[in-house]
Amino acid sequence: MSDTNNITIRKQKVVKDYTKPKLIVLSVLVFLLLAAAAFAPKIVPYDPYLQDLGNALQPPDSVHIFGTDRYGRDMLSRVIMGSQTTIYSALLLVIIITVTGTAVGIFCGYHGGRADSVIMRISDVFLAFPGMVFAIAVAGVTGGGILNAVIALACISWPKFARIARSQVMTIKSSPFIAAAKLAGTGTVKMLFKHILPNIAGPIIVTAVLDIGTMIMEIAGLSFLGLGAMPPIAEWGSMMSNGRSMLQTSPWVILAPGCAIFITVMLFNLLGDTVRDVLDPRQSKNK
Amino acid sequence: MKKYMIRRFLQLIPILIGITLLSFALMHSASADAIDVMESNTGGVMSEEAKQKAREELGLDKPLLQQYAIWMGNVLTGDMGTSYVSGKPVFSTFVSKLPATIYLTITSILLTVLISIPLGILSAVRQNRFTDYLIRFLSFIGNSLPNFFVSLLLIYFFALKLGWFPVMGNAQGWKSIILPTLTLSIAMAAKYTRQVRATVLEELNKDYVLGARARGVKENRILYFSVLKASMLTIVTLLALSIGSLLGGTAIVESIFMWDGVGKMAVDAITMRDYPVIQAYVIWMAVIYVMVNLVTDIIYHYLDPRIRLGQEGA
Repeated sequence: MSDTNNITIRKQKVVKDYTKPKLIVLSVLVFLLLAAAAFAPKIVPYDPYLQDLGNALQPPDSVHIFGTDRYGRDMLSRVIMGSQTTIYSALLLVIIITVTGTAVGIFCGYHGGRADSVIMRISDVFLAFPGMVFAIAVAGVTGGGILNAVIALACISWPKFARIARSQVMTIKSSPFIAAAKLAGTGTVKMLFKHILPNIAGPIIVTAVLDIGTMIMEIAGLSFLGLGAMPPIAEWGSMMSNGRSMLQTSPWVILAPGCAIFITVMLFNLLGDTVRDVLDPRQSKNK
Repeated sequence: MKKYMIRRFLQLIPILIGITLLSFALMHSASADAIDVMESNTGGVMSEEAKQKAREELGLDKPLLQQYAIWMGNVLTGDMGTSYVSGKPVFSTFVSKLPATIYLTITSILLTVLISIPLGILSAVRQNRFTDYLIRFLSFIGNSLPNFFVSLLLIYFFALKLGWFPVMGNAQGWKSIILPTLTLSIAMAAKYTRQVRATVLEELNKDYVLGARARGVKENRILYFSVLKASMLTIVTLLALSIGSLLGGTAIVESIFMWDGVGKMAVDAITMRDYPVIQAYVIWMAVIYVMVNLVTDIIYHYLDPRIRLGQEGA
């Protein structure tokens, strides 16, 4: 007759939220990747630039686990070395476009007026070039080189951030807290950094992180076309381009850098999706 | 509606001027010494006098804005100069290569539609079940694969190992378009499936669906007669908006498969420093892109009764 025996426990159907642990795991993985890329020269098993023609195009074995390329260079070492070029130039690119785009966007949204419409028309022009067309042209005109590829992609990518920042600023500009801050005599600099930037940072950070993967693919794509990193520099896109002609006999020379790009991009995309879930739950309510 | 169309066309003008000005400036900064490029490409030795004469012919000694005006006048009459390499008129070369690119674009879009609309709908209907997870997983993979890697993998398996399709070129009829189409579609379908899924999900969460369910309308009937009908407009618009970026994204795939379209033409022109060709490519791709987007926008406005009637009433 005791009451405790009659208590039935209904199984709860609440889905556990794994966002936070996912974020931590992914951040650690990305950090490890960045660290590996930063210390690439220290951790490569062989010299990535050392040619050994007698040992060229060896399939993967216990000595060279990713095989060797046509100059007998160790693929694993070159992939590790290439991570430095590819990942850090993509990061640099994303930082450049995020900072420039946000600054322009905040200025336009906050200032308004004629300057705003002129700058927005200019950004329309950059947005009118589809995909990599303009980047291909800029890289083609300035000649190859990883820095030129970064500049070319930066030219066409900043307007996206300017748009986001501008529309965010426009929506919060008329909020009471901005009016209150103004009434309290807040200076422009303090206004921007203390009140506006923290309130618009969410969507911008989400877009920036999601863009890292895309930019890695585009930089590698330009290098693949011979418009980015120049040989002998180890870069994933140009390594694949060099391996193209040997596809039939030694597929590992494109497989190793290709998988490296794939895994890296996937990691950054996963991180981007997770960051979005954390910072911007509204956007992912339909997930 | 008419007012809207006129306004959109007027907005186009500064963008077109911007596109041409930017391309002109870009190429001008590079080809300040177009003549030297011509000289090295022809392999001949030109005297300083001959060079000077050639510069005058091309108008390179005039002020910049005047050069732009002259050049713009030529562009409007379809004269975009001649290629440094082949010596043929650039515009007609571009026009002759365009059909191959459009062909590739159309087949890729068709395949993308065939893959992603059913998968996107399926994924939305089976939300958070195994099918949904599988489709989302696949689309995630597709999103993280660069298209040059996909093309090389496809070439390796289907052309070199199995020998089903030719490795490159557009010589072998329908067989040669399969692999480039597949490459472009994989990336596009991965992105587009997500968009279809999101659109359908949004529609499924609306109140009228709940109302229909409450009245006992069959789930399939709700899906096919109400939800899909309502989401189709957005789905088609998103697809049309991706046409432009697809046109611009064909360059890498075309040059891998030696597909003789405008993308390959541009990549080849870059290696040869053939600036007039690059210029024609940049300008025309941008113009096509802007036009496709404009037409999409207008059709979207026309088809959406909320917008059309709202504007006509006003």
